[in-house]
Amino acid sequence: MHFIPNTCDTERAILENLGVASFNDLIANIPEKFREQCRINLPPALSEIELTKTMQELSEKNGNSDKQVSFLGGGSYDHFIPAVVDFLISRSEFYTAYTPYQAEVSQGTLQAIYEYQSQICHLTDMEVANASMYDGVTALAEAAIMAANITQRKKFLVSPLINPLARQVLETYLSARDFILADLPEKNGQTDLSVLKEMIDNQTAAVLVQSPNFFGIIEDLNYIAEIIHAKSSLLIMSVDPISLAILKTPGELGADIAVAEGQPLGIHQSFGGPYLGVFTTRRQYVRNMPGRIVGQTTDVEGKRGYVLVLQTREQHIRREKATSNICTNQGLMALAATIYLSLMGKTGLRKVAELCLNNSHYLADKIAGLPGYSLPFAGQPFFKEFVVKTPRPANEIAAAALATGFFAGIDLGQYRREWENYLLIAVTEKRNLQEISDFVKILAKF
Amino acid sequence: MKVPANLKYTKDHEWARIEDAVAVVGITDYAQSQLGDVVYIDLPKVGDVISRGDVIGTIEAVKTVADIYSPVSGEIVAVNSALKDASELVNKDPYGEGWIASIKLSNSMELEALLDPADYEKLIS
Repeated sequence: MHFIPNTCDTERAILENLGVASFNDLIANIPEKFREQCRINLPPALSEIELTKTMQELSEKNGNSDKQVSFLGGGSYDHFIPAVVDFLISRSEFYTAYTPYQAEVSQGTLQAIYEYQSQICHLTDMEVANASMYDGVTALAEAAIMAANITQRKKFLVSPLINPLARQVLETYLSARDFILADLPEKNGQTDLSVLKEMIDNQTAAVLVQSPNFFGIIEDLNYIAEIIHAKSSLLIMSVDPISLAILKTPGELGADIAVAEGQPLGIHQSFGGPYLGVFTTRRQYVRNMPGRIVGQTTDVEGKRGYVLVLQTREQHIRREKATSNICTNQGLMALAATIYLSLMGKTGLRKVAELCLNNSHYLADKIAGLPGYSLPFAGQPFFKEFVVKTPRPANEIAAAALATGFFAGIDLGQYRREWENYLLIAVTEKRNLQEISDFVKILAKF
Repeated sequence: MKVPANLKYTKDHEWARIEDAVAVVGITDYAQSQLGDVVYIDLPKVGDVISRGDVIGTIEAVKTVADIYSPVSGEIVAVNSALKDASELVNKDPYGEGWIASIKLSNSMELEALLDPADYEKLIS
């Protein structure tokens, strides 16, 4: 069956024009063994009722955080999302909106993005935020490129405890640009920053750290900005946006660029996307920042209005000299974050962060008391996620827990062999006492 | 369009005023009129060593960004930092207060390759 909407006449005309007798003549250069050998065998067509039922059955095979109790983290978290978020972002004015190039017909979209930027600046204590990027890890890679452009240097000092997936994306982005990534050492689940002074030099474009790091541990970033700035190098921080309600912000710590995965701010986990890349910097670097920015201005009648600004850095004007290949933003997800933050407010977000902190510490204490289990980085400060040393390989425990309706956490053995017995557990404000106690009982069986 | 007789020009619409072994450079009246209102200028750094044709800065107008190419090789010895806060000087006085940088020449032979006012006038007419 052909799905290409060409009639036989069109096909004949194309072949004639190309000067070949048949389609097979056209692909004669492709060896026989690489050509399709059989037609695709599809079952007979279903009625709509049958099809809906079949698809429903298929989708129910998936696990998700509504069905299972989730302790999964590692960059994507099961936080509570008020129903208002989904309701509002589903309005067609937002849902179907295209890039707001034409300010006169896009004031709603532009204002929403402007509010998003303002909220993100408040949250991070940074001076400017862009209209968002695809996700947190690509935002981190873009931050590295931006730092290289600002400093005209190519070397990066990278914490070994940034999310390993972020590290992979970083390598993908940087591999074609002859950038050098050097690992900082680690010590007791934290980046060992005591050697930063010796490792940083006049070739270092930036130092990249994530806090809370991949193990959930809060990095001690006090005073490192001074060391970094003394070498005219930049500090790039990757953060958890929820944690900023109670932890020191990138702005307070002297970061030059701060990025975050915005998924915790009202965005569903949805099997990995769409997510939200939060990207912020200092005002002096605004022209080096990738992505778009919405600004507030006044129109000819003196009324308040919003427009895309600094577009001359963008690809549709500057082509190969643009600050980035990314010339768009994650508008709908940025809107979700904006609505989420508006609903939570300052106190609400702080409450969420405190619940995460309390719940995770409560569970960590319970697990530490189980025979065979321990906390390999006991005593280190953590926010909502922590590593547990398990009596059996973590993947076995995760599989067994899943069979009883729990996502136990991330098996760290998949990232490093020596972490085979490490389970990374995240606890959000959604987990109640019953769920936590049931989970501890399951772990106790090993 | 003003094309002062005491200056040398490039095809990319920069001008150079030679004072002993130093070239003061900027963009021409024609260039500023084509760009429209200049909103930001990215200046080179004093001490940068550059070759003829290198990008020594960018000029950002409302709807476009143009590179500034150096008309000569040498070392940047001064930049017009007044442009940081008053980029409109490039529009108002492109050959005077809107100058961009001074470059200490490393190869005065290159001056031969620059356009005379008459040739430049032909180029933009």
